[in-house]
Amino acid sequence: MDHKCIDKILEKYGHQESSIIAILQDLQEEENYLPENDLAYISENLPIPLTRIYRIATFYNAFNLTPRGKYPVSVCMGTACHVRGAPMVFDRVRLELGIDIGGVTEDGLFSLETVNCLGACALGPIVVIGKEYHGNMTPAKVESTIKKYRKRIAKEK
Amino acid sequence: MIKFTIDGVEVEAEEGQNVLQVALDNGFDIPHLCYHEALEPYGACRLCQVEITKGNRTRLTTSCNYPALEGIQVQTGTEKVIKARKMVIELLLARSPNVPVIKDLAEEYSVGTPRFTLGDDDCILCGLCERVCREIVGVEAISFLGRGSDRKVGPPLEINPQTCIGCGACAYVCPTDCIKVEENENERTIVRWGRTLPMKKCKVCGRSFAPWFQLDYFGKITEGIPSDFWDKCPDCR
Amino acid sequence: MKRIDSPKKLEDIRKEIIGARDPDKPCITICSGTGCRAFGSENVTESFRKELKKHGLEETIDVRTTGCHGFCEKGPVVVINPHGIFYQKVSPKDTNEIITETLLNNKVIERLLYTHPETGQKIVKESEIPFYKGQMRVIFGNNGKIDPTSIDDYIAIGGYSALSITLTDYSPVEIIEIIKKSGLRGRGGGGFPAGVKWESCRNAAGNKHYVICNADEGDPGAYMDRSLLEGNPHSVLEGMIIGAYAIGSDEGYIYVRNEYPLAVRNVEIAIASLKECGLLGENILGSGLNFDIKVSRGGGAFVCGESSALVASLEGRVGEPRAKHIHRVESGIWDQPTNLNNVETWANVPLIINKGVDWYTSIGTEGSKGTKIFSLVGKVNNTGLVEVPMGMNIKEIVYEIGGGIPEGRKLKAVQTGGPSGGVIPESLMDVPVDFDRLTDVGSMMGSGGMIVMDDKTCMVDTAKYFMNFLRGESCGKCTTCREGTQRMYEILEAISNGDGKEGDIELLEELSWAVAEGSLCALGQTAPNPVLSTIRYFRDEYEAHIKEKRCPAGVCKALITYSIDEENCTGCGACKKVCPVEAITGEKKELHTIDPDKCIRCGACMAACNFDAVKVV
Repeated sequence: MDHKCIDKILEKYGHQESSIIAILQDLQEEENYLPENDLAYISENLPIPLTRIYRIATFYNAFNLTPRGKYPVSVCMGTACHVRGAPMVFDRVRLELGIDIGGVTEDGLFSLETVNCLGACALGPIVVIGKEYHGNMTPAKVESTIKKYRKRIAKEK
Repeated sequence: MIKFTIDGVEVEAEEGQNVLQVALDNGFDIPHLCYHEALEPYGACRLCQVEITKGNRTRLTTSCNYPALEGIQVQTGTEKVIKARKMVIELLLARSPNVPVIKDLAEEYSVGTPRFTLGDDDCILCGLCERVCREIVGVEAISFLGRGSDRKVGPPLEINPQTCIGCGACAYVCPTDCIKVEENENERTIVRWGRTLPMKKCKVCGRSFAPWFQLDYFGKITEGIPSDFWDKCPDCR
Repeated sequence: MKRIDSPKKLEDIRKEIIGARDPDKPCITICSGTGCRAFGSENVTESFRKELKKHGLEETIDVRTTGCHGFCEKGPVVVINPHGIFYQKVSPKDTNEIITETLLNNKVIERLLYTHPETGQKIVKESEIPFYKGQMRVIFGNNGKIDPTSIDDYIAIGGYSALSITLTDYSPVEIIEIIKKSGLRGRGGGGFPAGVKWESCRNAAGNKHYVICNADEGDPGAYMDRSLLEGNPHSVLEGMIIGAYAIGSDEGYIYVRNEYPLAVRNVEIAIASLKECGLLGENILGSGLNFDIKVSRGGGAFVCGESSALVASLEGRVGEPRAKHIHRVESGIWDQPTNLNNVETWANVPLIINKGVDWYTSIGTEGSKGTKIFSLVGKVNNTGLVEVPMGMNIKEIVYEIGGGIPEGRKLKAVQTGGPSGGVIPESLMDVPVDFDRLTDVGSMMGSGGMIVMDDKTCMVDTAKYFMNFLRGESCGKCTTCREGTQRMYEILEAISNGDGKEGDIELLEELSWAVAEGSLCALGQTAPNPVLSTIRYFRDEYEAHIKEKRCPAGVCKALITYSIDEENCTGCGACKKVCPVEAITGEKKELHTIDPDKCIRCGACMAACNFDAVKVV
């Protein structure tokens, strides 16, 4: 990210170390992950020891240290989704994308993650692709949904 | 002066002392792996659990981060304490089956082969290295990373911490000896962190004695010490 | 927005807002909670706006997007006022018809009404639907009436009158007395008496006192706090301001999950409007009270529900709990006295002040007063958020409000309290929701997740699920919690893989004791509950896995095989089409078969079969 943009984020939080989580959240919002160089820049300019940044970035679920796909695929693993068959849905997503948690497909389109609960339990099992919710998923629906995305993306190209 | 009892024996403590330190000072044997008197108590290893009665409530708690309080009764060897301690030892032994200090504890407490799948990590995540680096040395080259069963200790990006001065304090406090320091004629390597630093030669005897980084850093943070002090090895000073 | 600088001004403005509103003006109310949004409610709203414009009715008919109505199962939910006609599963293609038929011609559209599952009768009004009938929606009910981004809406329904009464009629100590007498207990999990906590915080020495609202709802399967913050943020904020007055605080924080973007947005909008009109800031309502609230977004860590971990996170550190003998009320954020309550607890406060202690204590049981919101989810017909008086039994909630179990299956257990709670078996369904009674049966109130499980839910798998969750969510500091939850997970995994051994159950119990006794914070201390409660009530199911290598519920993959029933199979080929590994063979219109060696037990064929021909053995 442009240093000027990072400066803006740091200023927004008054260069306060206690706001480091919010700063990283804003950075991730922009970049989709936390790039190494940006973290080094924040460390120097907040300032805050780099170790503290990495400790936080590896502790909280919200942060990714590697780039995610253009369409992050996130499977809800909440209890309600679990009893309605989320593990089977998750296995199928893994099979369909050929990647595991934290992985990105070779074409950079999809990445895979799980969330603990999206609070939309009525739709469980839920898979979120990009920002779209797909509810009442079944293993078969996973296949057709991902196919749809692939087709849509191919068309856009 | 605070007065309380440990296993029925009355002991005295200063305000701000913790129960473990008072017990150790008075000759009580409480096993502990994550405690060091020079560092903030952390309460991670859970070996120093004792039973403490305060008022009419008795509970199992770690003694390292429990403040010495007037009138409390500490029990260091009850059935409950031993049971809890044995499970902690079994869990630690399963994680780090090759560490002598843990093997000794297992023998002392008659903990046989762990009933869990054995690991091979010699680090027990006591956090002494991380604390000494932050609290005493002050460079914060390493920290905990991750969470839960994925937790580990290491530098950012897990290799070659840029702020590490190679002082070796982490290796010194490590209870399991899993942080190794290797030296050849010109360099010192902290193996676990993948950090290798060139060493300075003593102005007097010509022997390499400490990393340049470390001496520069010490020169910066100390006052009133002649600048050539850091040019000589401890033997020649 | 005009400044509201005195109680009188508040009442004047309230009159003004109400006066300017025509109660008979038609209004289309669209639920915009997360559930309904996921079902596409935003498109429905947009479509209504477009259609109204087409008809030239933008001025005569209001459109209001509200918070969650709770009946998520039937989303998107639309209520047409003033008559209160309840439409369910509304899509954009229904909007024109709703305008022309219902709004212009007073005709109810049968197709969009709720059908009573037993009588088949169509129900017109929200209040007459069984899902709502058994509830007591004193906290949650306003969600459906107001636009959460409009402070006017909140003031119009009596908002901030409790604050006004507080500042005019009572001293801080008197307010604490009221909260103590009300018997309000923390809704976040622990159930600690709120008034007692407030009092100790007020009396604790410090330069500054803080109040915090914990909206880091980490319990998977619970989302009532989210819906309250999204749907009625002012009720929570009003509670906090009253709390600040009672405790003597001038600064507060709301710690809210970053995964709840709508809650973050709505609460930020609410705070901004409060600052604008002077209900937050200096000299609130001319009383001399100064108070400000900041929003802090959590980073996503279940352990941050623990108060000391939450405080660490607010201070910009990792959420690692601190030693338990330091009380948060005395030494919380920046080591200052800090009072932390959760969203639902704060939302109870204005209600208690407005309606009085006598009214409040008339609801609930001896030890648990007021109502509790549950997220009723899992294998239940009416998934959603339900608010019931304390003391209602679980059976009533599941069957009368929840409409029973789908597909006529058998209720097996209800899980409450999230990862810190336990399962309650069918035989104990008459246990009332009450802090102490739930603990007695090996579970807990927790934050209010209520996950219904049917006979196709495996209890070993359930325990394994929670251990997997906890081993990842433990901060990892204590050996007992970090290694213990990991080892418990490994043992459960072995059992579900058919590698269980004699003695595993006892080892799980031994570990449970050591983890609960030997861990620093509540996460570790309660982590064994899901294991202990499943062993307590479903030991035979564990034994079937261990001794007979059998999963009675048909869930544990290594212990089941899929096969096709000769009688039921029509040879339609639907299963064959969805099988990802080509394990199914068979000609059209002939019996299909599954090759057990190729089968990966993904369950796709079973879900695809319309004739109930795929069986699990």
